[in-house]
Amino acid sequence: MTSTPVVQAEGLVRSFGGRRVVDAVSFTLRAGDCLALFGPNGAGKTTLLRLVAGLLAPAQGTVRVNGVSIREGAAARAQVGLVSHASMLYGALTVRENVELAARLYGCAEPSVAAHAALALMGVEDRAETPARTLSRGLQQRVSIARAMVHAPRLLLCDEPYTGLDDAGSAALTEVLTERREAGAALLLVTHNLTEGLALATQAAIMRRGRFVRHEARELLDPSSYQSQYRELAAVHD
Amino acid sequence: MGEAPGTLAASWIVARKDLAIEFRTRTAFLSALVFALLGVTIFYFAWDATAVAAADLAPGVLWVIFTFAGLLGLQRSFGSELADRAIDGLLGAPISREAIYLGKALANLVFVSGILAVTIPAVVLFYNLPFGPGIGALAGIAALAAVGLVAVGTLFSAMAVNTRMAELLLPMLSLPFFVPIVMGAAQSSARLMAGRPIAEAWPWLRILVAFDIVFVTACTLAFPYTLDE
Amino acid sequence: MTSASEPLPTARPRRDPLLGVAIVAVALVYVRALAFTPIEARQGAAQKILYIHATSAFIALYVAFALMAIASILYLWLKDEKLDRVAESAAEVGLAFTTVVLLTGPLWGKTIWGAWWTWDARLTSTLFLWFLIVAYSLLRGAVEERGRRARYSAVLGILAALLVPFIHLSVYLFRTLHPMPILLKPSAPSMPSEMQVTFFSAFLAFLLLFAALLRARYRIATLRDHVASREQEHA
Repeated sequence: MTSTPVVQAEGLVRSFGGRRVVDAVSFTLRAGDCLALFGPNGAGKTTLLRLVAGLLAPAQGTVRVNGVSIREGAAARAQVGLVSHASMLYGALTVRENVELAARLYGCAEPSVAAHAALALMGVEDRAETPARTLSRGLQQRVSIARAMVHAPRLLLCDEPYTGLDDAGSAALTEVLTERREAGAALLLVTHNLTEGLALATQAAIMRRGRFVRHEARELLDPSSYQSQYRELAAVHD
Repeated sequence: MGEAPGTLAASWIVARKDLAIEFRTRTAFLSALVFALLGVTIFYFAWDATAVAAADLAPGVLWVIFTFAGLLGLQRSFGSELADRAIDGLLGAPISREAIYLGKALANLVFVSGILAVTIPAVVLFYNLPFGPGIGALAGIAALAAVGLVAVGTLFSAMAVNTRMAELLLPMLSLPFFVPIVMGAAQSSARLMAGRPIAEAWPWLRILVAFDIVFVTACTLAFPYTLDE
Repeated sequence: MTSASEPLPTARPRRDPLLGVAIVAVALVYVRALAFTPIEARQGAAQKILYIHATSAFIALYVAFALMAIASILYLWLKDEKLDRVAESAAEVGLAFTTVVLLTGPLWGKTIWGAWWTWDARLTSTLFLWFLIVAYSLLRGAVEERGRRARYSAVLGILAALLVPFIHLSVYLFRTLHPMPILLKPSAPSMPSEMQVTFFSAFLAFLLLFAALLRARYRIATLRDHVASREQEHA
């Protein structure tokens, strides 16, 4: 069981309009791994995330989650949770309904129980009956995160999840992510915030123009110099 | 964690979600309903009542109005999915793409059926249609027509919503496809309500049934190609 | 993707010899039809419109539309951009031919039947075909992103092909149950051989014209896509 990596990406390539947005990216995450992915805007981080989530088809390469190709069928996606830029919420539905919907779609045995638990983890259970569109951006973000976790995914893909969160929200998120990691999940965390990213990471990578220009284990890098190295690498001189 | 839902179960989840959203706001349903009733009324006064009996006019009016009211409902079908990229939530879930289409089509079917449930009695009332076995047949024809309308309309709605001229494009794409539905429904219901033997309506009903089978299948298969993957 | 591997059509304007041949062929057929083919007994000279009308109708449906539908299916299967361009070109040239049918039909109808438009089965089906191709063109115009445009058009193309038999059936059924003005039947099966030859030559000539126009339109599409690719690369 522990020998199968949670996610294995190999040689992922994806182009838009003739330009390679993701260019031969490979990585492997095992249970408890967290890959913090940094990079300037337009580097291809979001596209990479969508490829791993199965929302986009790669032109080349494969993504295997728990050994099953993510493009092979619906079941492979059951293990994945996604937090993206957009909230992915239905504004007209209540907070609870949004999370319960996800619980049902992912086949949770008791959707309302799971939804309540997820909302409580992110501290929004008191807003459960309010329509999602009436919430502030930060609270919506918390609901999105709850939605992504409700089915206890083995692979969590987070695209700048700390955006819009206040201190309490950030703390809740870090706690939840740490707990998930300790439970054996793998995380792929795209963020601009080096401190927060490195705090959770077991691997760190910098993406630029579709490629991983640096990718190493967390313990091998020095956080204090990483910041300036990152700035250098991320500076885009086209 | 339990099993991920199969296609039928997932369709039902998606349909329930869409109906919950529609029920929450109700504006689209009420607008379409009012449009249908107004249309039926206006048509009555657009004809010379002494030249053409109202009962003869009724089938044509009913099915034309049904088409346009149906379009109003179909317009909103995918709007909620784009707003905050909620569609990604559906696409990332372990459900088949076909389930998304079937769920939305099912919700649209309920929507259109709701409109028919009010419009048909209104037409019977306003156009002095005789109460007979024909009325029951009307319900059956309505079901067939609604399935065809919704099958094609849901697919085109998925495409139109991603374009710049969604409100214009959806009717332009759908109306040629609605022609066999309107013809089949109007011609068969006219004959049945005039008390003619069912054999006369049968060729038209066959077209409706064949249309439904062909296009429900074709649109379900085509739907994944309308997604950006 | 349009790439350097596909030869770029020359930038210099170049006359396509096929187009020249086609135009000459069509002109020759006109001469033959007008001067060297006997006038039909019952319909008079107006029957000669059929040489354009009937052949255009046939080509529009069975060549242009069929080509568009087949290219659409193949595109969804093979994902080759060239197929999308073929479908696009076939649709546009088909639209031209369909318009010709709809313009010549009433001309013939007015002379023969005395009415500009009757809901003749074939003419009605052609009208719907026209609507379908217009819808196809509108859809293409409304989608900017190339891949999505190709996919959407292909879906519509296939569905439209599935719809055509239903339109034909419905219109046919409608007409047989609704007596229409008694029509003079177009040329009886025993057509004099000169007319048969003219019909056949007309068909060949217009087929050539279709092929030439298709090729020209395809070239334009390829050029346009090349330019768009270059612009994106520099963006």
